[in-house]
Amino acid sequence: MSFDNAYESLIDHEDTHWAFGTGFSEALPGVDREVPSTVDAPDLFAYCLMLGDDALVLSQRLAEWCSRAPELEEDVALANIALDLLGQARLLLTRAGEVEGAGRDEDALAYLRDEREFRNVHLAEIECGPLAGGDFATTMARLLVFSSWKIAQYSRLRTFDDPVVAAVAAKGLKELAYHRDHAAQWVVRLGDGTPESHERMRAGVRRVWPYLDELFTAHAVELRLGVDSAAFRAEVDGVLDAVFAAARLERPEPVPAARVNGRAGRDGVHTEAMGYLLAEMQHVHRSLPGATW
Amino acid sequence: MDLEAEFERTVAAEHRVEPRDWMPDGYRKTLIRQIAQHAHSEIIGMQPEGNWISRAPSLRRKAILLAKVQDEAGHGLYLYAATETLGADRGDLTEYLISGRQKYSSIFNYPTLSYADVGTIGWLVDGAAICNQVPLCRTSYGPYARAMIRICKEESFHQRQGYELLMTMMRGTDAQRAMVQESVDRFWWPSLMMFGPPDSESANTEQSMAWRIKRNTNDELRQKFVDMTVPQAEKLGVTLPDPALKWNEERGHHDFGQPDWDEFWQVVKGNGPTNAQRVAHRRKAHEDGEWVRAAAAAHAAKRSADARAIGQSA
Repeated sequence: MSFDNAYESLIDHEDTHWAFGTGFSEALPGVDREVPSTVDAPDLFAYCLMLGDDALVLSQRLAEWCSRAPELEEDVALANIALDLLGQARLLLTRAGEVEGAGRDEDALAYLRDEREFRNVHLAEIECGPLAGGDFATTMARLLVFSSWKIAQYSRLRTFDDPVVAAVAAKGLKELAYHRDHAAQWVVRLGDGTPESHERMRAGVRRVWPYLDELFTAHAVELRLGVDSAAFRAEVDGVLDAVFAAARLERPEPVPAARVNGRAGRDGVHTEAMGYLLAEMQHVHRSLPGATW
Repeated sequence: MDLEAEFERTVAAEHRVEPRDWMPDGYRKTLIRQIAQHAHSEIIGMQPEGNWISRAPSLRRKAILLAKVQDEAGHGLYLYAATETLGADRGDLTEYLISGRQKYSSIFNYPTLSYADVGTIGWLVDGAAICNQVPLCRTSYGPYARAMIRICKEESFHQRQGYELLMTMMRGTDAQRAMVQESVDRFWWPSLMMFGPPDSESANTEQSMAWRIKRNTNDELRQKFVDMTVPQAEKLGVTLPDPALKWNEERGHHDFGQPDWDEFWQVVKGNGPTNAQRVAHRRKAHEDGEWVRAAAAAHAAKRSADARAIGQSA
């Protein structure tokens, strides 16, 4: 095999069909993209945003670790998890745009919606390190809770009425199983490591604990679509209890964060961190209107 | 003496030297220095591009960039692993990097100031790296040569992605085209510097060439890079910022101007635009992670003690 021509041959290839988003969107080949008659389209649109935003916003947070992880292996692992979630987000936002039928693609939805229109849970958006608001232990506490909850959610969505969401869930489950395993291993290592790591792990769990309740509070859209997130609780609790036991950590008492006039992330009411996250994420896209990327 | 003669024969015959073979100390030291410097470059190189992950202007570009920076971490990992086959220790090498004792490619001491820089780094910087690295796929030390084969494949992919980004931007708005040109203006000369000082001033070239650690001189590779880049720039529709750049029919190569070598040495000596920032970033990540690594080690020790206890009670 010759590598000598790698640079020379650059302009001899015009094949742009090497990635999703470059003009071909067969990311889920063979999946029927008709909106099923049994599903209310506005509800399905809203639900795709909820699922897509959860994945997109946590991906954005995890990518902050890139070049800042405790070891190179972890730079690779966290980038991998962020990429998996970004991949899920792209499929879900693309689906949201299709169902809406107003010509919005994944980028219009990711970059041109304002904070109030984002539907992710608060757990995805809060700062858990490497920047202010946490550390590696907090990041792993969040990832354990998030991926355990997502697994409960996606495993039910495999039989969801919309075949695209069902296909994303089926594919995503395999990825999430790895994410949960990675997080659980770190929670155990840190919980049962040194006195310092134990204390940090304990603090990390406490940092994310107030955001648990929202995960199990079903939004009206979810209930109408037959997905009751309150039903995930026992399954998630079981996973967390097993991991905490191995990590020699105590399960904190429930301390649910109060909602704002009864509203939270699923209603578009976010934490103060969200505005900064979006400002950074959307800045370049919005600065160059009409640009193609 | 026989060992040395055998080593010389192996190298001259273009055979590979493997970790358990005898090798001169100078060869070992030079290789460790060169591979470590390459590994450090991959790791420090994560920063200028990582700078744009959070702001990537489309989700596709975000995925491409994140995957690329992840690949760089992977390259760093297998290069550090290659140094370990020579008896070096990754922890020591990291210390040398964050204490400034060992260098990395100076190109990463230039800041990334627009999204076009992501494309320009892919096109020019990865392109220059490929020109430097392709010959190393045939370098005399086996583990290094094999690591380079894999790295070059991925670098070629990155380079194509970078060029494709620039091409897409050039087909976009006037603002995007201006952004690409401005980026190329900033990165052209530093890219030429990536091949190192002129041969007349390069201290290590001769011995490294004899040992087949290095296969071409700095000036040869620089010329090759310029010759390959000019048609690509034309196709892209950007102007390379060198008034002296023109085809020389007689030589069969492009003539081109010299980079500002004073600036080069200034950056190499640590006074580039971001040297202090890059090293401080790496040091902070390493130091902030110390408690995590200590915890992982403590946990592993407890588990192996548990395993021993189970073994004894059985």
